[in-house]
Amino acid sequence: MMGEPATKDVLNLEDLRALGSVTTGRKHVLSLLVENKPGVLTRIAGLFARRGFNIDSLAVGPTDDDTMSRITLTVDGAAHPIDQVTKQLHKLINVIKIRDLEPDGSVARELALFKVSADSDSRAQIMEFAEIFRGRIVDVSKRSVTIEVTGADDKIEAFERMIRPFGLVEMVRTGEIAVARGRSAT
Amino acid sequence: MRAVDAIMECLKSEGVEHVFGIPGGANLPTYDALYGAGLRHVQCRHEQGAGHAAEGYAKASGKVGVCFATSGPGATNLVTAIADANLDSVPCVFITGQVRTELLGTDGFQEADVTGITMPVVKHSLMIQDPIEIPEAIHEAFHIARTGRPGPVLVDIPQDFSRADIPYEPVISVSLPGYQPTTEGNTKQIRLAAKALANARRPVIYAGGGVINAEASKDLVELCTSDELPVTCTLMGLGAFPAPHDQWLGMLGMHGTRAANYAMDEADLICAIGARFDDRITGKLSEFAPRAKFIHIDVDPAEISKNVPAHIPIVGDAKQILPKLTAEYRALEREEGRLDGWWERIHGWQEKYPLGYEDSDTSEIKPQYMIQAMYEVTGGDAIVTSDVGQHQMWCAQYFDFKGPRRWINSGGLGTMGFGLPSAMGAKVAKPEETVVCLAGDGSVIMNIQELATCVTEKIDVKVFIMNNGYLGMVRQWQELFWDKRYSSVAMGASPDWVKLAEAFGSTGMRCADKTDLVGQMRTALETPGVVVLDVAVTPEENCYPMIPAGQAARDMVG
Repeated sequence: MMGEPATKDVLNLEDLRALGSVTTGRKHVLSLLVENKPGVLTRIAGLFARRGFNIDSLAVGPTDDDTMSRITLTVDGAAHPIDQVTKQLHKLINVIKIRDLEPDGSVARELALFKVSADSDSRAQIMEFAEIFRGRIVDVSKRSVTIEVTGADDKIEAFERMIRPFGLVEMVRTGEIAVARGRSAT
Repeated sequence: MRAVDAIMECLKSEGVEHVFGIPGGANLPTYDALYGAGLRHVQCRHEQGAGHAAEGYAKASGKVGVCFATSGPGATNLVTAIADANLDSVPCVFITGQVRTELLGTDGFQEADVTGITMPVVKHSLMIQDPIEIPEAIHEAFHIARTGRPGPVLVDIPQDFSRADIPYEPVISVSLPGYQPTTEGNTKQIRLAAKALANARRPVIYAGGGVINAEASKDLVELCTSDELPVTCTLMGLGAFPAPHDQWLGMLGMHGTRAANYAMDEADLICAIGARFDDRITGKLSEFAPRAKFIHIDVDPAEISKNVPAHIPIVGDAKQILPKLTAEYRALEREEGRLDGWWERIHGWQEKYPLGYEDSDTSEIKPQYMIQAMYEVTGGDAIVTSDVGQHQMWCAQYFDFKGPRRWINSGGLGTMGFGLPSAMGAKVAKPEETVVCLAGDGSVIMNIQELATCVTEKIDVKVFIMNNGYLGMVRQWQELFWDKRYSSVAMGASPDWVKLAEAFGSTGMRCADKTDLVGQMRTALETPGVVVLDVAVTPEENCYPMIPAGQAARDMVG
């Protein structure tokens, strides 16, 4: 069965890789209202994989209507491919509504847990940073503290930079969720 | 009522008369309900064959093709047919049995996650979670398969659910909040498109399979003949515009005519209708139709500006849009003779580069001649199905299709072995028509088992094998682009097609002499029952003209 021989020239590995790399543009937060049915998340994740899009973060949860779920995806893409992705998402029967949330027109939040090495010398300083970022200490042991931080992703990333020098044991993030600003529903 | 009996009621209320499939353990209840249900079931020999038969049925009739298969291997055998239906937008409903719910996820006997496996290649799939959902799911499947951009829908039903006693009431309508295809087309956009067409100096109408799916062929002809708009069709669109015709440029794309491809290259306005700017059409995308603006009419919004940015996009059903576009176009004042120069240029190409080949001066049968002979004996009046490869392209070039749903082949997926089972489906849909499967010797063997189905079910298809002893298109590429290093393309002299045909209970014939061919074909068509005619053609003939993959239309060779 015919593939795509075109020419028998040997292809340069670097060129091939350059071809495969997805164009980057602004970060997009896509908010999807989907039917709460089995397999819906697989369909959406599969679509992204198939069309060569990388999902930066993904958060799924119930909504005020128990037949519906909310999926919030953040993706990196130039305007043209994002348009193609939202169109393809619209074709999924279980996807009811899609919104590409503009950063200015929406509020986005993420929760992160940071487990940091801390001894008696450094603990006070770590706690001070946590306070500046309005973080909360949720667990303490002799050699570590765990801090909960909520905010937009840039705040989470800023906190990570501050805390990393103390010895970041691990970081867990939920991925962003977002709503549109103002009275109208997302 | 048993859920499976409810399924039969649903199928009948959807207007289903024919089903293709194979029974097995997990769909035993379905086949029990089928017994005496008043539907004709065609018992195929391989699920891939059953799937392509359902496609052939759908393509010939415009109705939804229906196919049953059991769980595990039965369902996985369908995958190629499902993917094929997806790429060619063929309305089909596949109903598969699944293992009992207590066995789900345990690697039970004949268990395969068929909804998972097929997810990337279906329009939609429904996993039954509760037996009472079954009737609604069946109706949803038909609704989704046939509306909007048509496509395959899979319904997977666990065996125990299918035996459940459920309350059954006929379903009147389905409600799918996440599925509301746009059909009408924006009036303002239609007006803009009409204006652009009326002002264009070098327009081309580029029509695809979507026109046939929308049953909009007559409307296409109306639009084009309102004026002298040049028309070309894709492989899937052949027949949407009747050939031959003064305004007909022939097929476009990789093996299209030079006139069609050059016209696209020089056009100032291209109006795409139900076509998707596939790579076989555009060649090198960055050099495709560099001077053109594009009107793109498609029912699937995701096709608009996917490959080529549309200047005037119109989302909707061609059947609804084309009459409005024609009316708007007719109402506009158009400059007298504005297309004269354009036609002069096109006629120049048509005269300089007609389709042609060097005929043999011996008894040798040239493959192109074989198509012409087929056209002669059928009067161009047959449903022709094909496999995939050189023979398919020659048929697309040399057989003038007069109307829609006469040319059935696998365009998007390029599935070898499609021809025989789809011919079988087409003949079931249109028993009064002559159905010819133009097969390749490399392709036909991939689903040859369906000869047994045709013979036992008395589905009288005629199979004309274009036998060049090679996987011909691959051989052509190896010859042209890979220094003629013929790697695994020769078929040897096996099988003996006449004996094979006879072993299946059909009539086998052979022809190797040009002077006998028309007569032999006529005999084949007149012989009752299934006939296989093995035609020995020039082994190393190349299919021209062609745009080498990744190159532009003006770089056509041959």
